[in-house]
Amino acid sequence: MNDNLTPDKDAINQLIHEFNKLPGIGPKSAQRVTYFLMRASEEEARLLAEAIFSLKQNIRLCSVCCNVTESDPCPTCRNDGRERSQICIVEQPQDILALEHTGIYKGLYHVLHGAISPTEGVGADDVRIRELLDRLQDDSVKEVILATNTTLEGEQTALYLNRLIAPLGIRVTRLARGLPFGTELEYADDVTLTRAIEGRQEF
Amino acid sequence: MSTPRTYQTEAIVIKKTKLKEADRILTLYTPHLGKIQAVARGVRRPRSKLSGHLELITHSLVSLARGRNLDTVTGGQTITSFLTVKNDLWLTSCALYVTELVNQFTADHIENEGLFRLLLETMKQLCQAGDKELTLRYFELHLLHKVGYQPQLRKCVACRAQLKPTTNSFSPNLGGMLCPDCSPNQPTSYPVSVNAQKVLRLFQNSDDSVIDRLKIDAGLSREIESVMSRYIQYLLEREVKSAAWLDALREETRRATAG
Repeated sequence: MNDNLTPDKDAINQLIHEFNKLPGIGPKSAQRVTYFLMRASEEEARLLAEAIFSLKQNIRLCSVCCNVTESDPCPTCRNDGRERSQICIVEQPQDILALEHTGIYKGLYHVLHGAISPTEGVGADDVRIRELLDRLQDDSVKEVILATNTTLEGEQTALYLNRLIAPLGIRVTRLARGLPFGTELEYADDVTLTRAIEGRQEF
Repeated sequence: MSTPRTYQTEAIVIKKTKLKEADRILTLYTPHLGKIQAVARGVRRPRSKLSGHLELITHSLVSLARGRNLDTVTGGQTITSFLTVKNDLWLTSCALYVTELVNQFTADHIENEGLFRLLLETMKQLCQAGDKELTLRYFELHLLHKVGYQPQLRKCVACRAQLKPTTNSFSPNLGGMLCPDCSPNQPTSYPVSVNAQKVLRLFQNSDDSVIDRLKIDAGLSREIESVMSRYIQYLLEREVKSAAWLDALREETRRATAG
């Protein structure tokens, strides 16, 4: 092992060092991935390198909904088949994937890229709320669906957005908060149960 | 005798950090163990049985298993969920400010039951009607008392003379009030009006029932807020992050009511 803490600049150590920076990858995993790639074919290594490179080259944020996209505006915003009077607000691009997987929502999206979190120093200007308000300027949008997480930060962001958007005369709705499918009632917490009872529907 | 592998404690969740795919590191404030950190596994998945019991500003009975480094949460049952606070933007922001202060002013594993009770009472106060600015000021003053920074509000901290009912100054670095004779020697001190001094002294010597009985105007409320926040910032040697958010909300409300 090296005595100094700065990694050697040879290819192996450099790659280990780079992998080590990735989320969830510690020094041992980084070593394993690096040695795997060393033994892999040149073609495989090149594909990986190109995929990483094209990620940075081609991906940017959609100028309308702030989702990550290769073309601007993104395919969802360009799609004429989608309901243009509804905008669903989510915290991160991955949330759109989850919602799209259901296939039930046909409107547009808006990605905030975060949630208001005062104790982490994330305020209203650090998430993409201004872009959203700009979108609401014309009268085409009739409903805004708040689909932020049901964590404290997500709830707080939803409350804040409601305060900004409701005065514009646009209908503001929140995803129903209640019991997840496939769970047992006895384990539900007070907040979830309270909201499940308040939000109960005609059977 | 070996310590048992698992234990149970009351706790209020004051901070959470994401860890790996679906886990969280929670910072819990407890009556007898002080501030502790624990790993809660899987709580970011929707079907987690525990996540609702371990959300920020929730008062829960938590079971933990000792780990080599961090303890692991094995169970949780909500005692009070403070739903009123969580349903309101301003109240949530106030509560987050309170938890941030507790987190900043405490070190791990130092028992301070009085502070736990204060935190719990403050959360309950936030759920009730009334002026929340006063609740926050009362909390700040008593928090400082409980962590050993109680400001001296009756005597001049330089000459020890009893303060007269006039505009005296507050010195953050000396931790108390200065009489008009001594304040020119302390350039970092700032003036505090007679009424603000009265409110601060009243808060320092009363229990929290005083909050409901007191009515003060917006200007005085702002002055007291500023006196306290400057002292707190001096003690912490940094900005309180959620205070900036509270300020932004106050500013918006002020503009909305004016316009």
